Amino acid sequence: MWAELKKGAAVAVWFMFLTLPIMVVKVNPIEQTVVWRWANLVWLGAAVFVLTVVGRYCSRHRTELSAFWPDAHPLLAHPQLKRFLLIVLALLATLFPLFFSSYQINIMTTALMYAVLGLGLNIVVGLAGLLDLGYVAFYAVGAYSYALLNYHFGLGFWAALPIGGLLAAIFGVLLGFPVLRLRGDYLAIVTLGFGEIIRLILENWNDFSFGPSGIAGIPRPGLFGLTLSVDDAIMYIYYLVLLLGLITIFVVNRLRDSRIGRAWIALREDEIACQAMGIDKTKTKLTAFALGASWAGMVGVLFAAKTTFVNPASFTFLESAIILSIVVLGGMGSTVGVVIGALVFILLPEYLRAFADYRMLLFGAIMVGVMVFRPQGIIGNPRRRSYPLPMAAADQEVGHE
Amino acid sequence: MSEVRPLLEVRGLSMAFGGLRALHDLDLEVSCGEIVALIGPNGAGKTTFFNCLTGVYAPSAGDILLNRPDGKALRLNGLLPNQITKHGLARTFQNIRLFSEMTVLENVMIGCHCRHRAGILGAILRGPATRAEEAAIIDKSYTILQHLRIAQYANDVAKSLPYGVQRTLEIARALATEPVLLLLDEPAAGLNPTETSELDALILQIRERYRLAILLIEHDMKLVMSLSDRIYVVDYGERIAQGTPAEIRNNPAVIKAYLGEDDA
Ligand SMILES: Nc1ncnc2c1ncn2[C@@H]1O[C@H](COP(=O)(O)OP(=O)(O)OP(=O)(O)O)[C@@H](O)[C@H]1O
Ligand SMILES: [Mg+2]
Repeated sequence: MWAELKKGAAVAVWFMFLTLPIMVVKVNPIEQTVVWRWANLVWLGAAVFVLTVVGRYCSRHRTELSAFWPDAHPLLAHPQLKRFLLIVLALLATLFPLFFSSYQINIMTTALMYAVLGLGLNIVVGLAGLLDLGYVAFYAVGAYSYALLNYHFGLGFWAALPIGGLLAAIFGVLLGFPVLRLRGDYLAIVTLGFGEIIRLILENWNDFSFGPSGIAGIPRPGLFGLTLSVDDAIMYIYYLVLLLGLITIFVVNRLRDSRIGRAWIALREDEIACQAMGIDKTKTKLTAFALGASWAGMVGVLFAAKTTFVNPASFTFLESAIILSIVVLGGMGSTVGVVIGALVFILLPEYLRAFADYRMLLFGAIMVGVMVFRPQGIIGNPRRRSYPLPMAAADQEVGHE
Repeated sequence: MSEVRPLLEVRGLSMAFGGLRALHDLDLEVSCGEIVALIGPNGAGKTTFFNCLTGVYAPSAGDILLNRPDGKALRLNGLLPNQITKHGLARTFQNIRLFSEMTVLENVMIGCHCRHRAGILGAILRGPATRAEEAAIIDKSYTILQHLRIAQYANDVAKSLPYGVQRTLEIARALATEPVLLLLDEPAAGLNPTETSELDALILQIRERYRLAILLIEHDMKLVMSLSDRIYVVDYGERIAQGTPAEIRNNPAVIKAYLGEDDA
């Protein structure tokens, strides 16, 4: 303990020395004097000391602390309780727009959109184990397919939604072909490049995509020809995204627990063994890319309809990074984890606005904290499915075939 | 049918890695129901031979012909590993390559993959046909686990298994692909004498029950001598001998190649 305190003090002194020029010395250019802010130094020293001691304590007791957050959630193991929680959650989600401002609804809509994006990327990264850093490209394909189809052919939202998903899936396959042989870092680099290529094309091909100025005046989703006020439209889009989210969860869960989902996981675990078991690597990878991308395409269409405006600036690498962070933070391969990850990742920065300038700093600290204590993500290690075993003669030998 | 052609016919197989001749003009045959061993000192090219058979490597020369018991004959050169598995060759790996995060049952279910066909739509809608297929896969996988006496581990994660069980699971997974020829790459490596003699009995049972031929690579001479109908010996990628266990035991070239390593 004494050694810890000493270490903390040493770090604090070192920090105080390093930051002396920035934190303490301040030149007043008008009066040409130097202001010495010694109080800053004291505060800084105290803060660093406390953080160091606490940080070192936590990392030494990491296993004990992680145990507070067990992998197998005993509460959720209860089927009745689980159903009850789901009903409460569904009610909350449905009633949410009735009690909150448009501003809050908008944020929640964004969070839900990222949840769907995360679930889509989770197919590629979490299940099939293909590190895709250019996922935002498919989001852009969806958004621009609605924007352009509407601009040129006057296509409505409901027609554009499946087309956007389909086009994104086709782009997923197009990206998939050249990267079939790549894994890990190399795959990450190429997909990163792909994402940037799509963005650069949108930015520079003025005749096609109207360049950096983008496309404005995209209509909001229609509701049987009714004209909605802006507030109602926001609420309507919230429900649409919520519905898409529920469909995504349903479909992605079913896929994961199917023959195809198993093949994805096997591919992630060991590619050579996977092929030796008779699984077509090409087909399996391409389905993962296509099915992952299609969700991004649909969310893209929704995004275009929500903001009524698209330009390439919305589809930078940062978006890909955020979506990937949601998947990693939530727990690779876990549906619940990704949804929680999206909510935390999008809502937290909003609600941290109270901390003004320190917002992003605090956000970063929380991210680092989660990754230190839960490297497998919030809901890491999704419990493997244990199948009900056929009871046919558990012990005795079974006859041939 | 004038004569019964062997199940697997390998003619003049060669494989080079750059300048290194890993396999040179190798001939080998396996007939239906036979257990054939492939032996040779370390680095002789045995695993490379398996990799050529299963499509992991493309051989530089030679023919690999499969004459399936159902009468279908085909050339395996140039096919993808998964196509070769589908045609009835299944293998295990020398350094175990299980799907370590998946359960034992799931590992075997992956082996069933190529014999079933449920697609994306089936997975989403999960209609009666898909559910029946899924149940059949579980049933079949579990039966294989029972045959190999590791059914009690069905829902354990593969990486948590004892070493010997992991080796058995590799065999179970290969059996699930419904092979006509099973390729075992050092199945006894790392097993203790008791486990090895259990494996001996198990391999014989597998041949009876699944009516398949087995080609195995093994360093344990006791196991090789007791199991094999015929033995091929390779050294530096070339076949230096072939014959029954008794013939091989007394072959001077083999004894020379092993330089007293032979413990049989
Ligand atoms: N991918 C590869 N690239 C280059 N050389 C290789 C490759 N794979 C194997 N070799 C070489 O080919 C030769 C034969 O290797 P192989 O693994 O087939 O031997 P083995 O008979 O299985 O030996 P062991 O009994 O140790 O398993 C060795 O010299 C090895 O270094
Ligand atoms: Mg080998």
